[in-house]
Amino acid sequence: MSSSPLLPKMMKAHGVSRRSFLKYCASLTSLMALPPAMVPRVAHALETAPRPSVIWLSFQECTGCTEAITRSSAPSLEELIFDSISLDYHHTLQAASGDAAEHAREAAMKEHHGKYLVIVDGSIPMDEPGFSAIAGISNLDMLKETAEGAAAIVSVGTCAAYGGLPQANPNPTGAVAVSDIITDKPIINVPGCPPIPMVMTAVLAHYLTFGIPDLDELGRPKAFFAESIHDRCYRRPFYDKGLFAESFDDEGARAGWCLYKLGCKGPTTKSVCATVKWNDGTSFPIEAGHGCLGCTEPDFWDNGGFYKPLSAPAGDYRRVGQAAIVAGVAAGAGGAYLARKNKAEALANHETVDAFTLEKEEKES
Amino acid sequence: MNNPNFDLLMFARGPLFDIALLVFVAGVLIRIVEILVLGRKKDFSKAKGNPVQQGIKTIFTRTLPRPGAIKANPITIVGGYVFHIGFFIAFLLFVPHIALIEELTGLSWPGVGRVIIESATVLAVIAGLALIYTRWRDPVRRKLTTWVDYLVLILSLLPLITGYVAVNKLFGDPTFMMALHILSVDVLMIVFPFTKLMHAFTFAMARYYNGSIQGRKGAES
Repeated sequence: MSSSPLLPKMMKAHGVSRRSFLKYCASLTSLMALPPAMVPRVAHALETAPRPSVIWLSFQECTGCTEAITRSSAPSLEELIFDSISLDYHHTLQAASGDAAEHAREAAMKEHHGKYLVIVDGSIPMDEPGFSAIAGISNLDMLKETAEGAAAIVSVGTCAAYGGLPQANPNPTGAVAVSDIITDKPIINVPGCPPIPMVMTAVLAHYLTFGIPDLDELGRPKAFFAESIHDRCYRRPFYDKGLFAESFDDEGARAGWCLYKLGCKGPTTKSVCATVKWNDGTSFPIEAGHGCLGCTEPDFWDNGGFYKPLSAPAGDYRRVGQAAIVAGVAAGAGGAYLARKNKAEALANHETVDAFTLEKEEKES
Repeated sequence: MNNPNFDLLMFARGPLFDIALLVFVAGVLIRIVEILVLGRKKDFSKAKGNPVQQGIKTIFTRTLPRPGAIKANPITIVGGYVFHIGFFIAFLLFVPHIALIEELTGLSWPGVGRVIIESATVLAVIAGLALIYTRWRDPVRRKLTTWVDYLVLILSLLPLITGYVAVNKLFGDPTFMMALHILSVDVLMIVFPFTKLMHAFTFAMARYYNGSIQGRKGAES
């Protein structure tokens, strides 16, 4: 690790000026929700941090997370941060494959035992090891083996963090999250489908500079997952005014009104999508005209449908409602019929009595 | 890993809502159908007025207080109006609620902004609390009040309070508060058919019967 080049050298090689590096540090500092006074510390820490060995494990995933982080933006200061780690194993990005790749992983694990960082994208199938295996090693075995000597684990993407799409009902592979298997290592969850590239790199930068960030109860760094998208959404004023798009191409949608009625999950989804945005700060899903899917939250595929408003019932209520109407009318009519019958019977069986009979009865007794 | 707050929200929106809907719809229909099928005893006397016209008229005229009623019970009358109007503004004009009604029935109408919704909510809650207080303070009314009456009043206020807290993120996790909001509505729907909350449907029938009885006798109601 000590032989690896430090950041200033890397910067020079990439033609990045000190000014733009400091600008990057400033934006990173604010992104990590640290006070501005911390900028020099962030810069210093990044400049002097040795490159840790990183092993990237891809399990049941779509490679979207890797696509996102590698295509973040150009010129890539994020890339630079990536260059400041030593990515020793990533079977999508590395040239080697098969045994040779596995040897690289084993070598990195051996050389940096106890110090390397494991990044995982994808969930782990528990039903059959054969559902997902790399070089004949099941995902479960590879995760356990690799995590054993790790300093920390970063679960990148909702699949690794919470099970994600593979875990969606009926979960055919028995998919679980990293945290369901590994319980004795610090795990940072960076959910999203995929996560925002800037957030992934900022979490890595935080790890490099200050160690494990503050995490919420779902294991997410609070700096990026403390506020809901709804609270930071540029369409929020329309929600407050009661102006809502009714369809994806009506006047309201064109005027940028709130997408709540079209199923936006912004109110229950925590992420910085609305502020950090995507593609170098260009836009985010709601800005592109589609409601939030809630992809940074567990079980987002099964949370009642992407196009159903959050306030709408999630279950099969129509059949229940129809049954209730039939049962209600029948029971009401039945109850009334019984009451009428009882009344008629009571009338029919009503025995009249007069004072004379009562007197007679009393005398007899 | 699960988000327990979201799981609770999904439970409130999913299985519990289905149960609540079943109890609410079936319960309300049982009571209304039973009342209608039971009907009233046939009146063989010759009608001296128009019972139907007077009955329908009474449904609306009884919405206004009797002369002198405001003076006698100002908090009950004014508080009652403020609570009902506030409740219905918050319930029927807040767009997420309209989205729910549209999903259930296909009916939709424009909503209003948060300033109106939240003002109505706050006023309704204050009115509701005032109604509870006056009911508890007056010895006669206190004697007449059962624990179910207090329960119904509190259960009617809970959706307003939890909704306000959830939307404004006053305290607690907003998703958890949203789950509590929907749970409180589920509970309200479940107790609805078995309590005085049924007045929301039976008021029209009761007023019609009263009006038509008087109408038949040729009296104003």
